[in-house]
Amino acid sequence: MAKKIKVESNILKKNNLTAEENKKYFRDHNLFVLNLVSSPGSGKTTLIEKTIEDLQNKIDIYVIEGDQQTSRDAERIKKAGAEAVQINTGKACHLNAVNIKKAVDKLKPSNNSLVIIENVGNLICPSMFDLGENLRVVIISVTEGEDKPIKYPNMFHSSDLCLVNKIDLLPFVEYDIEQTLDYCREVKRDLDIMKVAAINGEGMQKWYKWIADKSGLFKI
Amino acid sequence: MHELSLAENIVAIAENYADKHEISFISEVEIEVGMLAGVEIEALEFALNSAVVNTNLESANLKIIYISGLGKCLSCGLTFNMDTLQSRCPDCNDFNPKVLQGKELRVKSISGE
Repeated sequence: MAKKIKVESNILKKNNLTAEENKKYFRDHNLFVLNLVSSPGSGKTTLIEKTIEDLQNKIDIYVIEGDQQTSRDAERIKKAGAEAVQINTGKACHLNAVNIKKAVDKLKPSNNSLVIIENVGNLICPSMFDLGENLRVVIISVTEGEDKPIKYPNMFHSSDLCLVNKIDLLPFVEYDIEQTLDYCREVKRDLDIMKVAAINGEGMQKWYKWIADKSGLFKI
Repeated sequence: MHELSLAENIVAIAENYADKHEISFISEVEIEVGMLAGVEIEALEFALNSAVVNTNLESANLKIIYISGLGKCLSCGLTFNMDTLQSRCPDCNDFNPKVLQGKELRVKSISGE
C-alpha cells in the first residue's frame, strides 16, 4: 500500500555534518582556516603566494588548492614555500566539506597554523557549501565589473571579508571602486572590505593584521 | 552547476528513507526550495532528471515547492517579502534586512510503496 513518509532533511545535511567534523578538528588543533572564493582570474593564487612570502616567518601556513583540473596552483604554492595539496573537483564546480576532510588528512597541518583554502574560481556554486572554515573571504579585482556584489549576492552575503584586488591597475581601467564598496554594503552591511594589490604589496599589511586579529595566532 | 550536487544529494536522501521504510518504488518526492537559496530551479530540474536514472525514484513525480523570501527590516522592524537578497524595506527603504525565510533546501517527504 502506498504511504507517505515525512523526511524534513536538509539537502546539504551530509556536507554540513562533515563541515561540523572539520570545525571540531580545526578547533582541537587550534587551526585558523580561511576559505578564499572568487571568480577565475581575480588573483587568488598570487594573493596567497604573497601572503606566504610575508607571513611565513610568523606562522606556519598550509594551502588546500581546488581546481577542476591540473595541479598548477599547488606547484606555485609549494614554490612559494608552503605545504600544499591539490584537489581536482572534476565535474564539480566547488569544493565540499568531504574534499577538505580528505585534504586535511593528507596535509596534517601542525597545531597553531594558518590553513588557506583556495576554492574553485566561481562566484555562484561555492557559496552554498560550508567547508567548516573559520571565515570566508571573497576576492574581486578592479578588472571585473563594479557590480559583482549585486550580481552574485549569495557569495557576498555569506562572506566575512571582501578584498578588492589589483588596485595598482586603477589608473588604467575604468572602475568606480566606491560603487563596488556601496554594492558590497547593500548585500551585507557589516562586510569588512579592504583594497589591495597582491602583486606589489599595496594594502596587504591591513589584510595581514586582519588575519592576525581574527586568528589570535600571531601578532603584526 | 551546483544543482547537480544538490540533485545527487536529494536522490541519496530519498533512497535512504525509502530503504528505512521498506519502500521499493518511490512515486513522489516533495522538495522545498527557498527563493533566496541561490538555486536555479530549471537547472535543478534538469539535474534531477539525470540524477534519478537507474534509481528507485526514476519514475517519481518530483514536486518542487517554492518558499518565498521573508525579511525583517533592521531599521523599522517591518516584516516583508523579499524577491532577492537586495530587496529593500518598502516602508523606510532601508537595505540589507535580516532574512527570516527563503534559504531552505529540504527534502520534505517521499511517497511510495
